[in-house]
Amino acid sequence: MNVAISPAVEEEKEAQIAAAVRLEHVCKTFGSRRVLEDVSFTVPVSCGFVILGRSGTGKSVTLKHIIGLVKPDSGRVFVGADEVSSLEGQELARVRRSIGFLFQNAALFDSISVGENVAFPLRRHTRLTDIEIRERAQVKLAAVGLEGEYDRMPAALSGGMKKRAGLARAMALDPPLLLVDEPSAGLDPITADEIDNLLFALNNQGGTTLVVVTHNIRSARRLGDELMILHEGRILAQGTAADLDQSHDDLVRALMASQHAG
Amino acid sequence: MTERSESPVVSLLAAAGAVWLFMWKAAREVIVPPFEVRETIRQLYELGLRSAPLIAVSGVAVGVVLSMHTRASLERFGAESMIPAGLAIALVRETGPLTAGLLLSGRIGAGIGAELGAMRVTEQIDALEATAVDAFRYLVVTRVVACVVALPILTTLMNFAGMLGGYLAESAVSGMSLTMYFDRSFSLIGLSDYVPATVKTMVFGFIIATMSSYLGFTTESGTEGVGRASTRAVVLSSILIIVSNVVLVRLIFFIFPEVAR
Repeated sequence: MNVAISPAVEEEKEAQIAAAVRLEHVCKTFGSRRVLEDVSFTVPVSCGFVILGRSGTGKSVTLKHIIGLVKPDSGRVFVGADEVSSLEGQELARVRRSIGFLFQNAALFDSISVGENVAFPLRRHTRLTDIEIRERAQVKLAAVGLEGEYDRMPAALSGGMKKRAGLARAMALDPPLLLVDEPSAGLDPITADEIDNLLFALNNQGGTTLVVVTHNIRSARRLGDELMILHEGRILAQGTAADLDQSHDDLVRALMASQHAG
Repeated sequence: MTERSESPVVSLLAAAGAVWLFMWKAAREVIVPPFEVRETIRQLYELGLRSAPLIAVSGVAVGVVLSMHTRASLERFGAESMIPAGLAIALVRETGPLTAGLLLSGRIGAGIGAELGAMRVTEQIDALEATAVDAFRYLVVTRVVACVVALPILTTLMNFAGMLGGYLAESAVSGMSLTMYFDRSFSLIGLSDYVPATVKTMVFGFIIATMSSYLGFTTESGTEGVGRASTRAVVLSSILIIVSNVVLVRLIFFIFPEVAR
């Protein structure tokens, strides 16, 4: 039996599929502190989307909403056609398998080796053999310049190496959506550029949708097809880098002209 | 503008409610698949097998001391021959389970509190969730199972180590043989002495694992918070073990009246 679907519903469905990520009127409060206030935006598939703003404006919290680590007090969060903000358990896990997340401090599991960190998602979510998992983890490590580091423990790595290992783990399942929290924070300019180059290649050659939180304007200009500036939990401005350069808002212009945004 | 603060009573009740819900969730998920078999075995090794030396050494020392005290008491009545049996009953019924529970609340409780606390503040727990892994099931349920399984085994080890300590002390004083000592030790012990007292340590294991995991999971304030979680894990687990022991002993006396005699 065919059920008639209204054009409006079909339109919304198409919009959901075309958008990798969509936030609708998201509000979030921690204690008495309002962190996000009516935040809405859409990230198209294969887009490089950069969230900028000063420290404490809700950028990382926005990323955590997308992967369902934080639930909004009100509003909705979509990844593709799935409403992450209403999912729990196995359904949420299914969506998370399609997302890679690079944490600000890499968040490597410190009780297992670097290689096993990268292998971890493969062991959990694929039926590959031990040998295949090890091979694939080594390929991912090589992609971030960490070949030969499989058996080292995370504590023995420098900050930059940890971040690269974290990126290798985030890419392990070749997710179509990659969320990256401060890819260049605490890194020297050369290592920061290397990580930017990797992310750029993933986005431009691999078609991976990127949502990047950064303080680094140079990084934002390189990775961002579209930039969004958060200020005190609200969206202050959104557009291409060229659009924001032309903004009449003093704070937007100051951020875009600065070396670092916060 | 000042923030509205909760009264200490409300805060305490809220915390007790949160701990209770955490324990309830752990108890429920232990029996619900999928089971993290590999991680549970790793925890059994880390929390169980690696605690064995502590338990064995402490057990021998406790046995020596108990033997000396028992001898001092029974000598007055000319009942030295009852020393092995008296010591064995004391060990199996109460001293072994309680001492093992308290020792393990120190070793295991501090370890779980610090490890999970550090994982929380370094976002490793978030990273687990982001990798589509149920962090509660992976970190908490595995530790609960490991502790519930390991505690009775370690308590049995403590009982035997204590009897061995008793034998060493007794043989030094009276020259009693090992065979005679253990024959006399087991002469008055029945299954109703061993089983309920040892099974109750499964409750101790559950308390240690859930209390410590809760404090680790809810750690805030960086490394200072990790230290606080670790200390509180030991203190609260120990208190809960001692208090629950009173209830459990009463329950054992009710179910097995012969133990009370």
